[in-house]
Amino acid sequence: MSALVSLVSRLGAWVIGCISATGLFARFFVQLLARSGIALRRPRLVSQQVHFIGNYSLLIITVSGLFVGFVLGLQGYYTLRRYGSEEALGLLVALSLVRELGPVVTALLFAGRAGTSLTAEIGLMKAGEQLAAMEVMAVDPLRRVLVPRLWGGIIAMPILAAVFSMVGIIGGWFVGVQMIGVDAGAFWSQMQSGVDVWNDIANGVIKSVVFGITVTLVALYEGWHARPTPEGVSRATTRTVVVSSLAVLGLDFLLTALMFGN
Amino acid sequence: MSLGYGDFTVLRDVSMTVSAGQVVAVMGGSGSGKTTMLRAATGQMAPQSGTVCTLGQNLSTASREQLHGVRQRMGVLFQQGALFTDLNVFENVAFPLREHTTLSEADITARVLDKLQAVGLRAAAHLRVAEISGGMARRVALARAIVLEPELILYDEPFAGLDPISMGITARLIRDLSDRLGCASVLITHDVQESFAIADQVYLLGQGRMVAAGTPLSLTESTAPYVRQFLDGEPDGPVAFHYPDTPAFTKWLDRQQGGRS
Amino acid sequence: MSRSKTDFWVGLFVLLGAAALVFLALRAGNLSTFSFAPTYSLTANFNNIGGLKAGAPVKSAGVTVGRVARIDFDNTLFQAVVTLNMDQSRQFPTDSSVSILTSGLLGEQYLGIDPGGEEKDLADGERIQYTQSAVVLENLISQFLYSSADKQGTASSGDDAPAPPAEPAMTPSGQGTGAPASSAPASGAAQTPSETTPPQSK
Repeated sequence: MSALVSLVSRLGAWVIGCISATGLFARFFVQLLARSGIALRRPRLVSQQVHFIGNYSLLIITVSGLFVGFVLGLQGYYTLRRYGSEEALGLLVALSLVRELGPVVTALLFAGRAGTSLTAEIGLMKAGEQLAAMEVMAVDPLRRVLVPRLWGGIIAMPILAAVFSMVGIIGGWFVGVQMIGVDAGAFWSQMQSGVDVWNDIANGVIKSVVFGITVTLVALYEGWHARPTPEGVSRATTRTVVVSSLAVLGLDFLLTALMFGN
Repeated sequence: MSLGYGDFTVLRDVSMTVSAGQVVAVMGGSGSGKTTMLRAATGQMAPQSGTVCTLGQNLSTASREQLHGVRQRMGVLFQQGALFTDLNVFENVAFPLREHTTLSEADITARVLDKLQAVGLRAAAHLRVAEISGGMARRVALARAIVLEPELILYDEPFAGLDPISMGITARLIRDLSDRLGCASVLITHDVQESFAIADQVYLLGQGRMVAAGTPLSLTESTAPYVRQFLDGEPDGPVAFHYPDTPAFTKWLDRQQGGRS
Repeated sequence: MSRSKTDFWVGLFVLLGAAALVFLALRAGNLSTFSFAPTYSLTANFNNIGGLKAGAPVKSAGVTVGRVARIDFDNTLFQAVVTLNMDQSRQFPTDSSVSILTSGLLGEQYLGIDPGGEEKDLADGERIQYTQSAVVLENLISQFLYSSADKQGTASSGDDAPAPPAEPAMTPSGQGTGAPASSAPASGAAQTPSETTPPQSK
């Protein structure tokens, strides 16, 4: 009996823990936003972070985009051939990428590559007392270290998603038109008539911005609150990937329902 | 004042004053609360009771800007140096200047090299943090702490883990800087020999309170048992050698021995 | 990395992103057909707009000449009022007719506009008189069943099927040049009963 009671109370404590963690998270976000003036006053800091976060992710994003495009081209072709609609391959590849795969897969890769490096960096700075040193030097570490990284991530993510989509479409074109022999004219014209700039591309960009904010914020939060030990940093990086991936997928569902539901 | 974390009080009824140009050593065994005191002095921790007044500013009532201002007038040297590993030596020392002043690049270079010269590392300015030894890192951190010419410098275990030569260098640096800049220096340390050589005033912490205060000479001549154990390095005395038994230990021991049989 | 070098790479990165977006917008999307050219608006009333949506193209001879701007409901006439944004450079005579067509067999619905013969052109804000509503699949099927059941009853083959009921109705005077595509299914459905064996036995 007491085992059941303790189980329930543990469950309750866990739920309360989740809710207070969400509150902490929201407060963290507001704190960072409040200090964002530095992004305008010292844009060099932000551009340095865009470099570390964005440029260093280009390779994995480009290669992944290319292969996703290849696979979409292949799989799309085999499926469309059943209904005699091979000419719609361009449309299929473009819509899949621009609406969903571009933002989502980029966000997941981003979480794995940039998110973990952000978390580890901040966690290790905390462990090495660098953040405390900054604080006693009267430099606010939130402002000096975290805000530039937040904006770096927000700027880098949509760019990466756009590159992913572009490279994916080219990959789909390569497989579909060059290798399989789908008509090039039909490929592009069906795509152009079916992909709407505002409904599809702009919505995809909005999604990638939202995902960028989410992933970067989670990464910074986990790093900032990590325990300053090797295990603490390792657990924090794991949590970054897990939490941000789940958040991205959940938000994707919400956003898709909002944007494309009607 | 009293200092502690949560319900646990680390130090109670501690009172000390430091004046300009003085070198003060705060000593005590491990866990005696020295680092806690440092945190209170920088405003990183609020006292459980009493007040902390640094450079004329009561830290408990200070606003963010006032705290900001006080921190710019003091320098802190952390135990491991706490250098920014993504910057090189020069950039590390230049950091406070870049953040708090609007000096030209030439002025910054001149000042940084001057401070590095003071710690004997002028020719190491180009090196990355990963390329310098621990002792050198500590000296670079010292240069960084003094680059704004503070009125108060706090040293957290400046002698820990140094070879005798480096220890001698560091002790001399601390004394010279204090005399030259006219600032007050507070050393948190447990190294008796080096700190007694340079300190004007010594405070000894132990068993959760201040055990002794006075000049190094008066402490050397003291007969209080804790002071004697500390200064002479006796393994057993007021600070017991054996960790005291607790109910938790007894329970664990029963389980351990019961499980084996 | 020195500061200026970082700036350079970041600049390249941002340019790459901009290029990707431009590529998507122009090559993948329909921005190239998206014109900021001036437009004038026309209205048209329909009994049934079917699946027509705002933003659907208005095509003449297969070429997009405008877009559907808004779809309203007239509560007194109980008709759908569709507002069209037409390209300023495309003018149509006042007796043009507009009908709701489907691209492909099961595709999106769009408005096809057929020019009339009048000399005067439709002005901004004018109403198109001649409209043909959308083909509703259910009505088509029911009319097919009706005529096939009727055929069963009369047991005579080769007759013209009785005139199709209600849909698709032609508003005001008789036949415009209409939209052959939408009347074709109607007449096709009317004709199939006489040409094929009745699908179900009674």
